[in-house]
Order: sequence, then structure tokens, then C-alpha cells
Amino acid sequence: MSEHVDTLTHDDHASHEHHGATGILNWLTTTDHKIIGMSYTITSVIMMLIGGALAEVIRIQLTTPTGSLVTFSQYNQLFTMHGSVMIYLFAGPFAFGALANIIVPLQIGAPDMAFPRLNALSYWLYLTGSLTMLAGFFTTGGAANFGWVGYAPMTDSVNAPGVGTDLWIGALLLTGFSAIFTGVNLVATIYYLRAPGMTLFRMPIFTWNLLVTAILILLAFPVLTAGLIMLFCDRHFGTHIYTVVGGGSPVLWQNIFWFWGHPEVYILALPFFGMVTEIIPVFSRKPVFGYKGMIFATLSIAALSLGVWAHHMFTTGVVLLPFFSIMSLLIAVPTGIKIFNWIGTMWGGQIWFSTAMLMSIGFVITFLIGGLTGIYLASPPLDFFTHDTYFVVAHFHSVVMALVLGAMAGLYYWAPKMTGYLLDERLGKIQFWLLFIGTQVFTFPLYIVGLNGMPRRMALYPNNPEWQTLNVWSSIGAFMIGISTLVFAINCFYSWKRTPAGDNPWDAHTLEWFTTSPPPHHNYYRLPKIRSERPTWDYNHPDKPALVHGHNHDGESS
Amino acid sequence: MDSTPQPPQGSPSRSRRPRRLAALIALPLTALLLSGCTVPSFGAKKSDTVTGRSTYQLWQGFSIAAAVIGGFVILLIVIAVIRFRAKGATIPRQSQYHLPLEIAYTIIPIVMVFVLFGYTVVVENKVVAEPATPYQVSINAFQWGWKFSYPGTNALIVGHTTQNPMMLIPVGVPVHYTLTSTDANHGFYVRDFNFSRLAIPGIKNEFSFQAIDTGTFNGQCTELCGLYHSLMYFRVKVVTLPEFLAWEKKFDTPAGAAAALAANLVDEQETSSIIPTKPTGTTGTKI
Repeated sequence: MSEHVDTLTHDDHASHEHHGATGILNWLTTTDHKIIGMSYTITSVIMMLIGGALAEVIRIQLTTPTGSLVTFSQYNQLFTMHGSVMIYLFAGPFAFGALANIIVPLQIGAPDMAFPRLNALSYWLYLTGSLTMLAGFFTTGGAANFGWVGYAPMTDSVNAPGVGTDLWIGALLLTGFSAIFTGVNLVATIYYLRAPGMTLFRMPIFTWNLLVTAILILLAFPVLTAGLIMLFCDRHFGTHIYTVVGGGSPVLWQNIFWFWGHPEVYILALPFFGMVTEIIPVFSRKPVFGYKGMIFATLSIAALSLGVWAHHMFTTGVVLLPFFSIMSLLIAVPTGIKIFNWIGTMWGGQIWFSTAMLMSIGFVITFLIGGLTGIYLASPPLDFFTHDTYFVVAHFHSVVMALVLGAMAGLYYWAPKMTGYLLDERLGKIQFWLLFIGTQVFTFPLYIVGLNGMPRRMALYPNNPEWQTLNVWSSIGAFMIGISTLVFAINCFYSWKRTPAGDNPWDAHTLEWFTTSPPPHHNYYRLPKIRSERPTWDYNHPDKPALVHGHNHDGESS
Repeated sequence: MDSTPQPPQGSPSRSRRPRRLAALIALPLTALLLSGCTVPSFGAKKSDTVTGRSTYQLWQGFSIAAAVIGGFVILLIVIAVIRFRAKGATIPRQSQYHLPLEIAYTIIPIVMVFVLFGYTVVVENKVVAEPATPYQVSINAFQWGWKFSYPGTNALIVGHTTQNPMMLIPVGVPVHYTLTSTDANHGFYVRDFNFSRLAIPGIKNEFSFQAIDTGTFNGQCTELCGLYHSLMYFRVKVVTLPEFLAWEKKFDTPAGAAAALAANLVDEQETSSIIPTKPTGTTGTKI
């Protein structure tokens, strides 16, 4: 690949370097988006390890019908904190804090985020919030124990008197503000700091998806923040917003929570969609198929996601079933367009099965399974008999495990821009197969055990010993996933300063591969002419532009 | 937008595509139709209620759709991965758009979604219907048990965690239920009826179903309600209408009520050994 690479000179590096604090002080005071992004990456991956460890304890407990590893109270804390850590502290911050922070300014040719200090504040709020939530484990009452959705009235001062609950609320407020500030920053950066020639419809899909994600953050997170403040008032200042006795309504919390919670699902998913949409074209050596359709699909997912929240509440008996049903079913359409576009990108390509590409294909297959089972849940009668069973758990674990595969794809792909070095491909492939097969072994038994009637959030199933075999299989899958994560951790240490990546090891398309690995302080010494959504490719292959309109995408077969 | 003429070699391959596509979808569907009533269950249960059976058929329909679409997409991925793996350093054709294909895979899913939605609405209207019936049960959920009372009669069953209650209902007639909660959110769920509904403080939920066969079925709380959520079981015993009416009468005398209540509490053998409030020793060392 190296013959395509245009090596940049490093002579004037010193003049661009900002001399000042070094080492730990530099890390504490930096406003460089790449260092903040690395902090986000490392923190959120550590949160994934913590959330994963909690999951493995849950899976050990469930290997026998009357498991005695943990008590009822500990079990409730375990699944609450597993869900909370994974959603609030890993998936979200990794999606819009870690890779977005590093890659978005690079992809649009910006020197930094629009508000670098606000960006630093976002990170410190996120770190503080994470530690606040985990501190719940060290309080006398234990950590939060009402599920990651925190349904009223389980969060009131009678059912959850402990400090752990207040720490959970505080943590969500802190990480919520962190997300809102990141959203502001991303929107401002993408609107105002694009390099000359980088029009909206030349932006890489990853940046597009982060723009839409950021807008969704700004629409959804303030609602959650307001809901949490009202919850805190209920607990401490004698209001009765979610309690029946004072004229409030517990189901109001469900509405507020899911009005944030369903856009949140896409806030988590869209960045990962963006990652694989960067990776699949590069390793198929083709432009992304249906670039504009992809963007309109993202926009329609975002629009629909604001009108589907009550499909989580079909069994409450107080929502308009057909409206939320059709809105939810319709989301399958733009999501399907994305899947067909990914296949169309591979079709007629020259696929290079790097770890990043394998992870991306694994993402597509796993997400397809999660998406198809989601269609059932959009149908109220089918939701009635699967609601709160392991079928739902299996459905969203297919989805979120797809996101983990996407996250890994992103890390393997962009490691050069983060560290200057490649991650080891052999270990990467071992990790992929463990993660991909482990995910299916983990989720498939859960679909079946859910249809057999096993409700979620059960510490024991003493009356149904017949569910044990399926649970054991699921636990085996969960441990395969756990081992794959350890392989990743080993790979990070093994690959540290081992194989210098060079500027553009993948012969990639987008702007970030035009600068050095890792990029200098303000990212670029010079920029290529931006005349399409693939400026680096155009620079390296001036004779191979994308063939736009009217060409049969597999016309080469004839 | 798409005014550039197509390369001539493109047209035969495109006219072949719909036929191949149709064959891909039609074959498994025909196979299913030919096999008639042996449509697989796809992991669900046929259900012991009339509306539950409608839900079960809807489940089968959705599953066929999901299997066909999922199979088709995975097949495409497998073909792409095998056929287009890199065979050298050549750069493939840099094609990017194929508008007819893109429109096709937008329109066809929209049509499918509306078909699925149509069937959903039909079944949903059956499931949420509340036909007039003299047989009523009031279900009240609490931490951590259930209270089943029968309006207009003295019948009342209450039980929790170590001694969970059994609800009696008549077979072959619709029964109307009201569901309330006194404290937390609970979930009323009977797997064999393909149905669940939440009990939420401040909300009175109403629904109706009609059992088809007699028998005893397991139910349990599905919505997290605190410490002993895992042990909040109940049973539903479906009996003939005369048996049911005779059973309701038993509650008219204090002695009869005590006997009937005792007969309708299920000692949870496994649970008793787990909950510390009950003296241990009856079922050995379980934990």
C-alpha cells in the first residue's frame, strides 16, 4: 500500500508544537481534542471492563436455578450497575466522546474542536460522573438497585433509601451535562470548522452520523436531566411528581425516561454505524455504496427515533398502541437501507479481511439479528408476551454486542491515528472470532429461554430448573466474550510501540489519513484539494474517482 | 437525477435479478404453504387462550418474514464475502450509486412494514377487546405477592413468596380482569396465555381473555419490584364453569373459605429454603 502514500515532512514540527506543561500536568490541563479523546477512550474501555466483570458475576449466578453466589440485594445492584455502566459510562461516552473527539476534527480538516475548553470540561464531568456512580458500591446501602431504567416508584425514598441512589442520580446528571456539552461542541465544530471545499455532502459518513447524533443529544438529554432533577426533588424536597399519594404519576417517569431513552438507543448506535461505514468501503477498496441514501437513512432514523419511545411501554396499558407500533416498525426501513448499502459496498469490491473489516462484517450480521428481533417487539400483541422476558434482553444484547464489535472495528482501524502504531492483526483475529461466536452463543439461548417464559432481573428460577441448560450455554458465550476482551487488553500492551503505522496504512479514503500518525498538535500542515467525500483517495488515485450516477454497481461482472 | 444512459450490458443482468429475487422469496414460502398446518412454532407456544392463539399466529407470520428477510440478507453477505475477497492489488470499479436498486430496497421494506402493521392491528384489536361477561376477577399485586378477588362473591385468595396463590378461572367463557398495584410496579404474566400487563400504582388496567382448555399454568411477576421479585409466582387453574361456580360458593362460610384458601396456596418448596423468614429444615440444604 505504501506506494500510494504521500509522506509529509516533519521539518517544521517544532514551530507548531505548543510548549508548556508536560506529563501528568499536560494531561490535566490539555485542551487538545486528540488527548481528550484518548482519555475518553481509555476511561470508557475501563468502564466496559468493569461492566463486563459485573455481567460475568450475573452469568455465574444464573448457571444454577438456585445460585447462591450473591444475595437478592447484591443481584439487583449487579444488573442495575451492569446496565448503567455499560449504557451511561461506556457505550455513550465511547460513541460520542472517544472516537468522535479524535476523528471528527481530523475528518473535516479542523485544528481542534470548536470549544476546546468546553471539551475538556465534558471529559472531566464524565470522569467525575463515572466515579460518582461507582462510589455507590462503597456506601452502606450498596449501589443503585432498581434497574438501569430507574422506574418510579422503585427509586423513591421508601423503596430506595440509600445514598447509592442519590449517587446514581448525581452521576447521570454529571454525565448528562457532559453529553450535552459534547453535543454542542460537535454541532459547532461540524458547522463552522470544516476545511475549504468540505461541503456537507462531502463529509465522511462518520462525521455525518456524529452531527445527527449530536443533534439528537441536544434534543433528548435535557429531558432526562429535567426528569432526574424532579426525581431528586421527590426524594429530598417533598414533591410528589412520581408518587401517587401526592397526585403524581409513576408512569410519567417512564414517559420522560424513554423520551430520552429511545433517541439514546440511536445516539449510541449512529456513531457505530458511522464507524463501519468508514471501514467497509476502505477494505472493499470502493466508495461507500449509496452515500446520499445513507445520509437520508440516518436523518430519517433520527426523526423517527423521537416518536417511538412508548414502544417500551406497550404493557402499561396507557399508551396509544398503533401509533407507536407503526413508528417503530418504520425504523426498520432506513436501517435496512443501511444494511443493503453496506452489502452493496462490498459487492464488486476487493475485500481485504483485516481485523477492522472482520469486526465490521460481524457488526452487520449481529445487528441484523438484533434488528429483526426488534421488529417483533414493535408489534404490541407480540410485545405483550415477550415484554420483560429474556427475549427482550437477548434482542438488545444482540444490538449492543453489535455495537461492541463496531467499537472494536473502530479501534483497530483508527489505532494509527490515536497512537501512531498498528494493533496486532493475529491477536485481533483471535479476538474477533471469540467475540463474534461468543456473542451468538451468549444471545441465542437467551432468545429461547425468554420465549420459554423466563423474566428478566431474576436472581433465581427455582420453579423452572428446565431453564438451566440454556442459561449455562449463555454463560459460556458470555465468558467467550470476556476472554476476547482480555485478548484485546493483551493486544494493547503487546502492540504498544511495536509496528509504526505510517500515515495511511489502509490506503484509506478520508482526510484523517492525509496527516501523520499520530497527527501533529493542530492536525494538518497542509490539506489536499477536497473535491469529493474521498479527498485522500483522490490525492493518491487521481485516475480512480468514484463513478457516480447510473452505473450498475456490479457492472464489472459482465 | 439519474439521466445517464445505462451501459447496454447492464440491462440483461437487471432483468434477471427480479426473477432470481422472486424465486428466493417464493421458494421457502411455497414450501411453508405446502406443509400446511405444520408451520413451525419458532419457539413460541400455542397458548391456552383464544386471543393468545391469535398472537401465536401473528408470531408465526412475523417469524416467517424475519426468516426470509434475514436468510436473504445473510446469503447476500456470505456471497459478497466469498466472491469478492481480494485477489490481488487491482482496484475494482469505483461504482457508487444504483438508483433503481436503492429505490427498490426502500419501497419493498415499506410495503412489508405496512403488511406487518396491518396484521398487528387486526390481532391487537382482538387482544385488547373486552367483551361483556359476568365473570370478573380483581387482581391486586403487592410486594411480593398477589391478591385475587371475585367481585360480587366472597371468594378471595391472597398469597406471597413462600406460599403463592392460585387463581381459579372458568374455561370456555370470557373473563374480565382488573389489575392494580398497591406499592411498586409489577408485571402480570402467564406464559401459556401469551399475555402480560403491568400493574402500576395509580393505574387500573383492564383486560379480558377466554381459556380454551382446563389445566394449571404458571405465572409470575415480570417487572422488577424489589428484593423478592424473583419469588413472586402465582398459578392459574382453569376449571369447568360448574366447578368454578361451586368453588366460589365455598367462600360463603368462614370454614369453607379457610379450606378453599388453603387449597389455593402453593407451598414453594424451593423458595421456602431461600427466604430466611421461614424456618428452614423442610427441604434440606439448598443454598
